[in-house]
Amino acid sequence: MSLDARVAVRRGTLALDVEVTVADGEVLAVLGPNGAGKSTLLRALAGLLPPDEGRVVVDGVTWDDGRTHLPPHRRPLGVVFQDALLFPHLTVGENVEFGLRTRGVRKPDRHAAAGDWLARVGLEGFGGRRPAQLSGGQAQRAALARALVGDPSLLLLDEPLSALDARTRLAVRAELRRHLGDFAGSTVLVTHDPVDAMALADRVVVVEEGRVVQTGTPDEVNRRPRTDYVARLVGLSLLAGTGEGLTVRLDGGGTVSVAEEASGPVFAAVRPESVALYLARPEGSPRNVWPARLAGATPHGATVRCELAGEVPLVADVTATAFAELGLVPGAEVWATVKASEVAVYRR
Amino acid sequence: MKAGGRDLLPRVTERRHRPGAGIPAPLLVPAALGVLFLVLPLVGLVVRAPWSAIGPVLAEPEVGQALRLSIVSATLATGLSMLLGVPLAWVLARSRIRGRSVLRALVTVPLVLPPVVGGVALFLVLGRQGIIGGWLDDTFGITIPFTTAAVVIAETFVAMPFLVVSVEGALRAADARFEDVAATLGADRWTTFRRVTLPMVAPGVAAGAVLCWARALGEFGATITFAGNFPGTTQTMPLAVYLALQRDPEAAIVLSLVLLAVSLATLLLLRDRWLGRAVP
Repeated sequence: MSLDARVAVRRGTLALDVEVTVADGEVLAVLGPNGAGKSTLLRALAGLLPPDEGRVVVDGVTWDDGRTHLPPHRRPLGVVFQDALLFPHLTVGENVEFGLRTRGVRKPDRHAAAGDWLARVGLEGFGGRRPAQLSGGQAQRAALARALVGDPSLLLLDEPLSALDARTRLAVRAELRRHLGDFAGSTVLVTHDPVDAMALADRVVVVEEGRVVQTGTPDEVNRRPRTDYVARLVGLSLLAGTGEGLTVRLDGGGTVSVAEEASGPVFAAVRPESVALYLARPEGSPRNVWPARLAGATPHGATVRCELAGEVPLVADVTATAFAELGLVPGAEVWATVKASEVAVYRR
Repeated sequence: MKAGGRDLLPRVTERRHRPGAGIPAPLLVPAALGVLFLVLPLVGLVVRAPWSAIGPVLAEPEVGQALRLSIVSATLATGLSMLLGVPLAWVLARSRIRGRSVLRALVTVPLVLPPVVGGVALFLVLGRQGIIGGWLDDTFGITIPFTTAAVVIAETFVAMPFLVVSVEGALRAADARFEDVAATLGADRWTTFRRVTLPMVAPGVAAGAVLCWARALGEFGATITFAGNFPGTTQTMPLAVYLALQRDPEAAIVLSLVLLAVSLATLLLLRDRWLGRAVP
């Protein structure tokens, strides 16, 4: 059952054509950069934007296809938007009750249900307050209660954490994870933050420029990114090439020695922490040694993240101490080394 | 240099507290003249007011009649304007119908049209020989011109655009995403309008209604053309003032003072909205 959808929308420069399926109880994260069409997909699933083409089927009921378009207010769904968007003229409790009221639930029943949900999201006793009196995290919790109180078949989360400050985000993310675990319907989470996707989703769909470029479990996407965008998000250097035994001939020139046999078109992924930098060409065990130029360096916790330009573009993490000892400045010529066993190889 | 920098600070602060400083003379002089021009006549009205005559004038039955008629008809006109104008503003602000900008232009014509012309136009349509008026007369025996209903219609014609413009502005400023949220919570467009849109733009509707009411209260040209000047049925305060000025100038001043007081009260009601907006 659950959600089965294909959404095609043409809007100015955006040409979105995405297919998603989500099982009952499953959380699908749609990960992608701004402007990739994630929010458009969500609006189409909600019925706020009729797709030009495609279908939306939830629990076997057709919400959208070429002929039918179920208007948003007839769809049993819950949506949490980025800015909570609690109605400012209603109390928090009335906000949570809103969906029950429009669906004709009697006052005592909806009152009880709203109180119950406010307690579940940790806002017991906040029902009489105005949304303006809530903190960002509290408002987002209330918005979650408002979306879930009607027991929807489909839950849509549009960047639910990105308007929160770092510490609040951590707490709300953990709670959201718990509530998503309890939710029996399908969930689609739209985000540009890989941490949200990794922490909350069972499966990830990466969307770039309106197209799905990768699908997989969070772990797969994390370890084996298929585009530069995802690679950068999860902090890997992604090198495309052709496998020839224990060597990968890179499309951009140069070769990489790997520990596993590979053939045909493959990706070689390198973690920044497995790249070592030297001022002189090192002798000895590392199988991969490339000359490179330091293009940029940014502090990254206790390490410095170094962007390397050259035949093989890489990102290297070196400790701040090492960075200082090497006396590195942008433009400096260095040697980058990576052990063959540290390079992950997978089919393109 | 440090001392000099410290010197500079109070001077800057001082300038902010002394209005007028820093305004070039070519702007200051006309601006001051403009203020005088707008305020002096009102001051003159207050200065020349025959304070002792106020009681007797207001006690005259005709004055009470005119005042009551003015307030009742302006209130009815405002109610009618809200009934028609709020939905119209919604259509202008939210719908995607074609020719919307033409529609908006048409609707705001009465803002710039001389009210007398409006009165003539209403007469041509709703008068006994008019397109609709003739039919009403033949079919139901209803005659609109020169009745209190005509006063209300004339005032609505002139004042409703003020409400429409005000409410449309409020609707455009309101965050339409809340309407999306309502839709995802099972509210159809009518429910969304009642439970979300209207409460959120309520301050804009209130301001528009006050403005509309004030404009209707002061209506003269369209009223006298379309409804005439009959004490008790169509003679509103502005008409009474005009008539009194020829007969009994003292009474005209008193009646004007009453209207001035009502206008100032209106301005006070709108104070937060207008004066608040003037300050950046």
